[in-house]
Amino acid sequence: MMLQLPLVVTAQVDLVLLLVSLLALWTRLSRLSYPNAVVFDEVYYGQFVSLYMKRVFFIDDSGPPLGHLILAFGAYLGGFDGNFVWNRIGAEYPSSVSVWSLRLLPALCGALCVPLVYLLTLELRFSHLSALGAALLLLLENSLIVQSRFMLLESVLIFFVLLAFFSYLRFHNTPSSCFRYGWLILSGASCAAAVGVKYMGVFSYLLLLGVASLHTWNLIGDRGVSHLSVCVQCVCRVVCLLVVPVLLYVFWFYVHLSLLHRSGPHDQLMSSAFQASLEGGLSRITQGQPLEVAYGSQVTLRSSASQPVPCWLHSHKANYPIRYENGRGSSHQQQVTCYPFKDVNNWWIIKDPGRQELVVSSPPRPVRHGDVIQLVHGMTSRFLNSHDVAAPMSPHAQEVSGYIDFNVSMPTQNLWRVDISNREAESESWKTILSDVRLVHVNTSAVLRMTGVSLPDWGFRQLEVVADKLFKAQSSSLDWTVEEHRYGTSQEQKEREAELHSPTHIDVNRKISFWAKFLEVQWKMLTVKQEDSEHKYSSSPLEWITMETNIAYWLHSSTNAQIHLIGNPVSWGVANLSLLAYQLLAAVYLLRRRRGFKDLPDGVWSQFVCLGCVCVGGWVVNFVPFFLMEKTLFLYHYLPALCYLHLLSPALLEHTHTHLLRYVHTHTHTHTHTHCILSLSC
Amino acid sequence: MAKEECISQRNKTAGDTSALRNRKVFPSSEKTPSSPLSKGTHSQTAGHHSEDDAQSSNGTSAQCSTRGNNSEEPPSRVLLMLVVGLSFSTRLYKIADPPHVCWDETHFGKMGSYYINRTFFFDVHPPLGKMLIGLAGYMTGYDGTFPFVKPGDKYEHHNYWGMRGFCAVLGSCLPVFAYLIVLELSQSHTAALITATLLIFDTGSITISQYILLDPILMFFIMAAVLSMVKFNQQRYRPFSATWWLWLVLTGVSLAGALGVKFVGLFVILLVGLNTVWDLWRLLGDLSLSLVDITKHLLARVVGLILLPLLLYITIFAIHFVVLNKSGPGDGFFSSAFQSRLIGNNLHNASMPEYLAYGSTITVKNLRIAGGYLHSHWHLYPEGVGAKQQQVTAYLHKDYNNLWLVQRHGENESQSGTPDLVRHGDIIRLEHKETTRNLHTHLHEAPLTKKHFQVTGYGINGTGDINDLWQVEVCGGQKGDLVKVLRSKVRFLHRATGCVLYSSGKTLPKWGWEQVEVTCSPYLKETPSSQWNIEDHINPKLPNISLSVLKPHFLEILLESHIVMIRGNSGLKPKDNEMNSKPWHWPINYQGLRFSGVNDTDYRVYLLGNPVVWWINLASLGLYVIMVAVASVALQRGFSLGQKRIEDSHVLMREGGQLFLGWLLHYAPFYTMGRVLYYHHYFPAMLFNSMLTGITLDVLLKSADLLLRRPYSDWLQRVGLMVLLFSVLYSFYLFHPLSYGMTGPLAHEAGSAMAGLKWMDSWEF
Repeated sequence: MMLQLPLVVTAQVDLVLLLVSLLALWTRLSRLSYPNAVVFDEVYYGQFVSLYMKRVFFIDDSGPPLGHLILAFGAYLGGFDGNFVWNRIGAEYPSSVSVWSLRLLPALCGALCVPLVYLLTLELRFSHLSALGAALLLLLENSLIVQSRFMLLESVLIFFVLLAFFSYLRFHNTPSSCFRYGWLILSGASCAAAVGVKYMGVFSYLLLLGVASLHTWNLIGDRGVSHLSVCVQCVCRVVCLLVVPVLLYVFWFYVHLSLLHRSGPHDQLMSSAFQASLEGGLSRITQGQPLEVAYGSQVTLRSSASQPVPCWLHSHKANYPIRYENGRGSSHQQQVTCYPFKDVNNWWIIKDPGRQELVVSSPPRPVRHGDVIQLVHGMTSRFLNSHDVAAPMSPHAQEVSGYIDFNVSMPTQNLWRVDISNREAESESWKTILSDVRLVHVNTSAVLRMTGVSLPDWGFRQLEVVADKLFKAQSSSLDWTVEEHRYGTSQEQKEREAELHSPTHIDVNRKISFWAKFLEVQWKMLTVKQEDSEHKYSSSPLEWITMETNIAYWLHSSTNAQIHLIGNPVSWGVANLSLLAYQLLAAVYLLRRRRGFKDLPDGVWSQFVCLGCVCVGGWVVNFVPFFLMEKTLFLYHYLPALCYLHLLSPALLEHTHTHLLRYVHTHTHTHTHTHCILSLSC
Repeated sequence: MAKEECISQRNKTAGDTSALRNRKVFPSSEKTPSSPLSKGTHSQTAGHHSEDDAQSSNGTSAQCSTRGNNSEEPPSRVLLMLVVGLSFSTRLYKIADPPHVCWDETHFGKMGSYYINRTFFFDVHPPLGKMLIGLAGYMTGYDGTFPFVKPGDKYEHHNYWGMRGFCAVLGSCLPVFAYLIVLELSQSHTAALITATLLIFDTGSITISQYILLDPILMFFIMAAVLSMVKFNQQRYRPFSATWWLWLVLTGVSLAGALGVKFVGLFVILLVGLNTVWDLWRLLGDLSLSLVDITKHLLARVVGLILLPLLLYITIFAIHFVVLNKSGPGDGFFSSAFQSRLIGNNLHNASMPEYLAYGSTITVKNLRIAGGYLHSHWHLYPEGVGAKQQQVTAYLHKDYNNLWLVQRHGENESQSGTPDLVRHGDIIRLEHKETTRNLHTHLHEAPLTKKHFQVTGYGINGTGDINDLWQVEVCGGQKGDLVKVLRSKVRFLHRATGCVLYSSGKTLPKWGWEQVEVTCSPYLKETPSSQWNIEDHINPKLPNISLSVLKPHFLEILLESHIVMIRGNSGLKPKDNEMNSKPWHWPINYQGLRFSGVNDTDYRVYLLGNPVVWWINLASLGLYVIMVAVASVALQRGFSLGQKRIEDSHVLMREGGQLFLGWLLHYAPFYTMGRVLYYHHYFPAMLFNSMLTGITLDVLLKSADLLLRRPYSDWLQRVGLMVLLFSVLYSFYLFHPLSYGMTGPLAHEAGSAMAGLKWMDSWEF
């Protein structure tokens, strides 16, 4: 049922599409940089964006790299330098970060979904009015708006999935010409992109493959087409829908791996060969390092807590400010921090308090549980010290510093007792990598600890290290492990510096082929298990349908301004209703056709079936798999499935109107139809 | 055998007319019931198709009857007798060896004994299999006194061979059933023979049939269900006849049997269900049948395949509950009401003080189904899990660590002789009797349910702090109501934080001895998880009153035992140190199971499929997929194929498809299961795979004439068959010690009987 007056109609269509697109852009892009704070999962994706900016290798088991790449590209355009610690939701962005550009690409994708839905409905061979309805439903779905406006990936996924289906159907509907294969390639590419953004895209891809193979099967059955032509067409489809996506998928990894060439927090997950291929990587491997830590050992100490990021005990030639912003005073001694990147300033030397030497004697004297040691910073030769001065960010705890004698009656307190907390499982002597060590301050019996709070600008946004009484903290943040380790040989400071700068041992075979890297990364992504944490806003799939759950994305601490992810109850209800209605109708039609009653002409029937395959099928494949998943689920996981339902509702309404109510007078009808769609959308 | 699968798609384009034509053509074809199928017009135009379609119903019935004659021919009888003879002799040979408990016999033999002793127990599987084992033991003079403590225990004078023999007899039926199924499906003796040979000479199938296990019983019912389903399908042109009903009912009975042995039976129910739906869909499309007829068909199937099995299944449980009326090791898994049925249980005709009083020793049981007793023990929560205080858990077994003392808040015992009774709204302290710690909670997150608070044991000898105080609340009660033992649903509200004592049902990790987590939930909704009842109540100062506890209704028991079973099943998580078998191991015969013996001095039995058989099966799965793809494309493109080849393709696609579906249904779901898996779970799928192999290889051999001309192709066919059968036989000769027992050095040593046969490093013999 098309609108009347062909010429006017065409003009109108363009305008409608344009208008809808503009509205979509307006709803998704206006005031994009508000709130100027980290919103919900931005805290999660942000850390990867930072790592991209720093070119540091990471592994994220939540999905393939394309999604992160897109976000990182946005950040790159905005000139983001990666120097922001993403540690909590609600943290304010500094003015140096261009929030707008961080959020731009997802928002654009979210906006483009609206015209795509419009076009997709047309390709499903429904009228412009239905298309408008679908577009409006999507436009006014507040959950989609919320999800699109932040640095999140769902809108990108939805965009690519819709694009894949649209271009496939455009291919299918265009009469044969070489040009139509352009659409097919586009479809294959969007499939690859969808899978590359989130693994959930696989299910939509499989659905598209299913639809395509059904069409191909009919083509094979078409006796009017020559064998050769069938063969050629089949091969083309296979290339465009199977080969191209696979190649592109691998290509995302190629980009990912060639961008990230520095070693980083996830190195230890990878094989030695892989680590060797990363800049500054290999050295942390046990192989070739002495196992037992001895007096005179040069070590890097890594905090066992991986929250917010893994980091190493660090010091540098900068002192604590004499007064903090809030007026409290400090010791003004050298800063000791925890630094999330490899650095020559992470090296410490273990010294026997009774002797002067900083080299390992022969035979080496291993350090054991209960021994008292001093830690000397390799580059600055300051002693690790703690005293009864409030720490910069956690005033209840003691400050830790590199001791500088200012002659202000602040004596050195630089003795630390080695407490190996896993000595039952391992051994009494301190071993590289294996031993979890607590450093207990001898004078105050406080324990060296990484708090996870980042220091202000004077501390270069590195993480705070304090000495804290034992009972208050979570246990893993108290433990430190020796990661890189070698026996020191140079007594002179200059030589030692040179020694510290040199890699711990000679690189073996830096070359590892891209394919080996790709396979390893892919395998690790699929097998690395994140510990299952129950989240305050997690929900179960059944709660999504009835929208019994919402997520608070952001809450301003003082003004109480809030952002919530929650669906539009009206469109949600319409979606559920149309899902039921379609199934009911389909069952009735099927049974009646089987008994020989053809309620619908064949063309309409195939249109109806196609609608079901794409929309209901899309909903099923994007919803049912969640029941089998054991990971933490959130309401936003339902959004792709919901889009399919929004596509279904107006089309089904049109179908009902044209084919079930055909005995009613046409004029009144167009009217009611329009009304229905418009009222539903609003 | 309708051709309509391939046609139905084309019908869509043919539209209304073809349907009309169907209707018109039909009566005429009815007059020629024996219209020869060999007229060979399965062919190119839509018109022809619709005719075929209409005739199919009668055409095939004729075909069936002629084929039916076929199977009466002498060679078939001889072959069948041969299969039966070989099958029974391979399964019953050395049935009594080894004369000690092998592998899971320790469970199922023990459970069989429980039936003979009428002792209640708990198992994750439905009861039929163990009931039959018990019955077989009873009939053959086993008295149920052997304890079945652990694998390797000698049976000595006990009559164990009856139970093994029973399983072996059922196991011997499998190749016979497979033979009959394949014969019925493909009408080819070759295919049936291949299948039977594969199964008879498969060491794995032999081993698993020879011991007191549920698997042979389960597979017997699965195969019986498939056989009767196939037979029933053959009867489709004589609906509502006596044989039609017979096979329908037999299918239903077998389904109930399969489900009654293990929940894996659900897969075969699914298979039969899909088949039935397909069959009904076909009937619905048969426009010669009125809607009344179709309704009759539908109802017949509902009765035969749903109601009857359900009734039988429930009957099995009824017998189970009636037979097992004595208290036993499984009591603690069930609710207090359930336990009161069991003779010997302390709740059976219980007598105890009726109302909860201060100073009493009690056990507290969670009200959720399969909820445990409130429990504590001398172990602390580990580092990093809340506060490092004593663990409080829920425990399913009866244990002295389940005992708690009810203490008054503040002042000690009232001095008078009779203790005061606890009332709704009272504030109490629960002191763990063994460790004298108080039930305690505080604002630390619980170990697994992070939104809840951790519950611990705190203090010593009754002195603790404010966080040890709990308010007793009787559900539906008012202030001042007394707490009835067993019958009151009680909630314990924490005084300081307002949370409610809760059992989440999640199993704690190893540090918590895999007991169930107990938390304090800040959500005060009344759910069974937060409700408890007082089960034991000991107070010498109060008179005991005999309580006639409400006997639970049968359906309640049924529901409860199912939930307990399902919980138990999903609770069978793989242990860290245990070797875990993965589903992908199975078809490639990656690793078997040790049934008996480890060292070279032991009598060793190793459950491992005959690798030649299994790898042939695996290869023909691949072959099958390729052949179906080729055949269906050829048909879809309308290549002119010979009549015989078209028939073969249809056998391959339709009957083979059923078997392939069966394989898939019995294999694929294991990938989604979280519970611990074992190699023997693959055996039902392996049966389907072997049947599929029979059909696939038969069609492959028949297609030899694509390569060679007539007489040579026949030779090739025969030679191929001979090679296949002999290779299976020879491999059986090589590997038979796996089933019939090996002694002496292990395979990797030179002097072993199995030397050189350890083809994969993962095999452990």
